[in-house]
Amino acid sequence: MRELLTDSVYFGVMISLSTYGLGVLLKKRFRLAIFNPLLIAVAATIVLLLTFHIDYESYYEGAKYISYLLTPATVCLAIPLYEQLSLLKSNYRAILLGILSGVLTSAVSVLAFTLLFHFDHNMYVTMLPKSITMAIGMGITEELNGYVTITVAMIIITGIFGNMISEWLLRCFRITDPVAKGIAIGTSSHAMGTAKAMEMGEIEGAMSSLAIAVAGLLTVFAAIIFSWIW
Amino acid sequence: MKYLQQFGVIILISFVGEVLHTLIPLPVPASIYGLLILFTGLSTHLIPLSLVRETGKFLIEIMPVMFIPAAVGILESWGVLKPWFFPLLVFTLVSTVIVMTVTGKITQLAVRKEDEEESDYEGTVD
Repeated sequence: MRELLTDSVYFGVMISLSTYGLGVLLKKRFRLAIFNPLLIAVAATIVLLLTFHIDYESYYEGAKYISYLLTPATVCLAIPLYEQLSLLKSNYRAILLGILSGVLTSAVSVLAFTLLFHFDHNMYVTMLPKSITMAIGMGITEELNGYVTITVAMIIITGIFGNMISEWLLRCFRITDPVAKGIAIGTSSHAMGTAKAMEMGEIEGAMSSLAIAVAGLLTVFAAIIFSWIW
Repeated sequence: MKYLQQFGVIILISFVGEVLHTLIPLPVPASIYGLLILFTGLSTHLIPLSLVRETGKFLIEIMPVMFIPAAVGILESWGVLKPWFFPLLVFTLVSTVIVMTVTGKITQLAVRKEDEEESDYEGTVD
């Protein structure tokens, strides 16, 4: 039975989709931030693999076909970017300034943390892309010879946390402008935060999608420059 | 036929992105070259929106699911991650709060300033 499950190339995809579906259902039912579909899917898949002693390789044998689509999907982020061109044009200086300040704040916080705890260069570059979308973040860490899996873990924690706290945090600091709200969420917590921004409103959602791509791009350059510092 | 064509265009752009990634010695992922190509193509109307739209929206919608296999990979690297986990967790949470607040505050100030300048300008025209 176990062989039947693990030998099928559809097993990894099936388990990923069904645990994500479970997460969406739980989220609908309980409306609590902790019931984040991605968090549920990852946790449930890990529990399933451990319980049935299925090793990661046999899971990934099938699941890699979902990961395979990550590059084409990221390419497609150009579509919302293009669709919001007019909104982008009328506020482009404020948007660019905001995203740039966020990207630099993230990089400076990583540098400060590294110096405080004396991390080595590889660990330092691993943390630099922690706030951006995984497709770009993994690429940066790979190129700079960091630990990709640790970057991935930090990106996931960042995204889930951003999704959970954004509404409360923005209210706390009286950030009420929809453009500013979207930019803040997308820059600090990428696609997973953007899901929350979409719930807040159309402008918030669009600006957040925009910030995923722009913050991702700016971080490519920020990470290269910051990797020279330490 | 429409979806086949759209998927073909997206895969073609992804492929060109990978070629550029191989040729250009910069740590820029293939996906970002592809994103820039598609954005430039759409903005210059060389690539009509109808050539990518529905399939593109579908891919963006299912994107969260694509992160699951990599995230489950934490299982494989738990040995490496374990000693760092707690400090990294605390740092990630604190840093995310700071980044979100700074970005939001600065963007809001800049948007309001831009709006003020625009209304000043309109005022002088009147």
